[in-house]
Amino acid sequence: MKNMSEIELFAPGHRACAGCGCSLSIRHALKALGKDVIVSEATGCMEVTSSPYPETAWRVPWIHVAFENAAAVASGVSRALKALGKTNVKSVALAGDGGTADIGMQALSGAMERGEDMLYICYDNEAYMNTGIQRSGATPFGAWTTTTPVGKVKRGEDRPKKDVPAIMIAHGSPYVATASIAYPVDFEKKIKKAASIKGPTYVHVQAPCVPGWRIEGNKTIEVARLAVLTGAWVLYEAEGGKINVTFKPANRRPVAEYLKSQGRYRHLSEQDIAAIQKVVDEQCKKFGID
Amino acid sequence: MKQVMDGNEAAALAAKLARVKVISAYPITPQTTVVEKLADYVSNGDLDAEFIKVESEHSAMSACIGAAATGVRTFTATSSQGLMLMSEMLYAAAGLRLPIVMTNANRSLSAPLSIWCDQQDSMAVRDSGWIQFYCENNQEILDTTLQAFKISQELLLPVMVCYDGYILSHTVEPVDCPEQTEVDAFLPKHNYPYSLDPEKPVSMGAVGVPEYYMEFRYLLQKAVRNSKSKIIEVDREFKKRFGRGYGIMEKYHSDDAEVIMLTMGSLSSSAKDLVDLLRKRGEKVGLVKLKSFRPFPNEEIVSALSHAKAVAVLEKDISLGHAGGLYLDTAASFVNIEHTPLMINFICGLGGRDVTSSQLEQAVREAKNAAETGKVGERVRWLGLQEKLVEEASG
Repeated sequence: MKNMSEIELFAPGHRACAGCGCSLSIRHALKALGKDVIVSEATGCMEVTSSPYPETAWRVPWIHVAFENAAAVASGVSRALKALGKTNVKSVALAGDGGTADIGMQALSGAMERGEDMLYICYDNEAYMNTGIQRSGATPFGAWTTTTPVGKVKRGEDRPKKDVPAIMIAHGSPYVATASIAYPVDFEKKIKKAASIKGPTYVHVQAPCVPGWRIEGNKTIEVARLAVLTGAWVLYEAEGGKINVTFKPANRRPVAEYLKSQGRYRHLSEQDIAAIQKVVDEQCKKFGID
Repeated sequence: MKQVMDGNEAAALAAKLARVKVISAYPITPQTTVVEKLADYVSNGDLDAEFIKVESEHSAMSACIGAAATGVRTFTATSSQGLMLMSEMLYAAAGLRLPIVMTNANRSLSAPLSIWCDQQDSMAVRDSGWIQFYCENNQEILDTTLQAFKISQELLLPVMVCYDGYILSHTVEPVDCPEQTEVDAFLPKHNYPYSLDPEKPVSMGAVGVPEYYMEFRYLLQKAVRNSKSKIIEVDREFKKRFGRGYGIMEKYHSDDAEVIMLTMGSLSSSAKDLVDLLRKRGEKVGLVKLKSFRPFPNEEIVSALSHAKAVAVLEKDISLGHAGGLYLDTAASFVNIEHTPLMINFICGLGGRDVTSSQLEQAVREAKNAAETGKVGERVRWLGLQEKLVEEASG
């Protein structure tokens, strides 16, 4: 792909599942960032699969401390870099959706509010996949997880997905973007831009989880692309709070195509799908996609 | 030069004299004026440091970890609930072998809410892998914190300097403040050998599978246990340079004492007064003031106490469901030791309850009585408890 670095800073041989969307997001993020970064990563799939002592997949300086504090650790890194006068090195925080939308929200909010010079990347696979597919605040309406099982009374997640990028925009972040691993050129462009801007920037990348979404390992990109093509996941960037949609799918496809591509939505009735379609339509209207 | 200052200012001044580069802290009573003082230093340009005004103590320690790993001298301060909130990160800081110095103004724990002094907070995190010192007065706070920076960076271990909330944090005393040039000569430039650096990337905080985890823990235990000699060495060097030293413990008229009080922190001053009083009356009473609780100096404790007939372990903490932490560790030190004194644990001063000289004297009398009769009776006793209130509450 054009302008894409051939240097792999996230080494192969890590232990993520075949077809893992999140590991792809890290691979592309590092291609875009280059070597002059310090990554502070939250506990999660990507941390566990990339750093089993004495091995590591990280060819950039990397620290993992705990689940809820990637933004706080990255704040410390950022200030230490400032104190040392290392202006060429970027502090980058990395966390999953659980470490961002839920347990890490306080530390992230604090770092955003303080205006720390750092880039925060959330790889969003829409549930706690590392512990075995439990719902998070970022799990979408209707999705099956092990804590939102499909039973006689309740049928999957009954709350809509928490809108973390909107919360980041509300913090006054100079740059917030959403991305998808199915659109790596767009993703890398956004990462590069986010890293070049001083202050706390935020990129939220949707990345399917093969076991969690109940898909085949060779369908990851296809499913991620469907999320965008149906309008279920909107790609945009917000500079200074002003939202600009970066990809508008022509002839937007019905959300049923996206939902039916995944086992986690298998239980949905036509009525459920119609209700989700309505919400997606409203979302697309809001972003001016249609 | 002598200046009059409270304990919190002594802690803040030590951080300034150590030329810390990143401070990450959150206000909490009674530590708050440490944060305020540091903010003043930074705002006035007296201290060239980044001050991260975090949104919680958990983030305070997390940011310290990030900064220390990037290779700068790092400081934070807290108390009580704040220490509890950051406790998860205390284990991480020690496990990552990061040089971080923290002062803790000792305060009780909720519930019920209490902002007043005891040592339940730091006692609760004794197992975290931090070196833990307890100070008797404001001079000792300043001196110990300066020593802590040196010990921490030389051993790659985090160090916690504890002092009693209000009793020291908010009480002014004359403190001999060393000159910056003297401190610079004592404390070499910060140099962390494994810092996060794109030129030589390292991975920190890996997953320790069962094939490796125990060795990491063993090595950490070894490092904290072996820190004793470095602590003594740094204290000696400090004494040589500044004329003040504290050792790993202080023995006060204890060598020939029949009854010995064992204390940590500001209680030691009151206990010294009592020793003076009782010595004047011809009673063979002494004191051992423990400064280093982690590492726990078992051998020194045994050698300081084994000749006594009875030891009164006085402490402002309790491991609920058992006894005080100082007592438990002291008692454990005497396992398989031939000459073991009788030991009674006195729980006192919880939640800011005054520990009066008459309470201390009562403890000495009870210990003496146990020695004379050979009967210990209740091993764990509470001093200054309002029995009537307890009875009423118990219905």
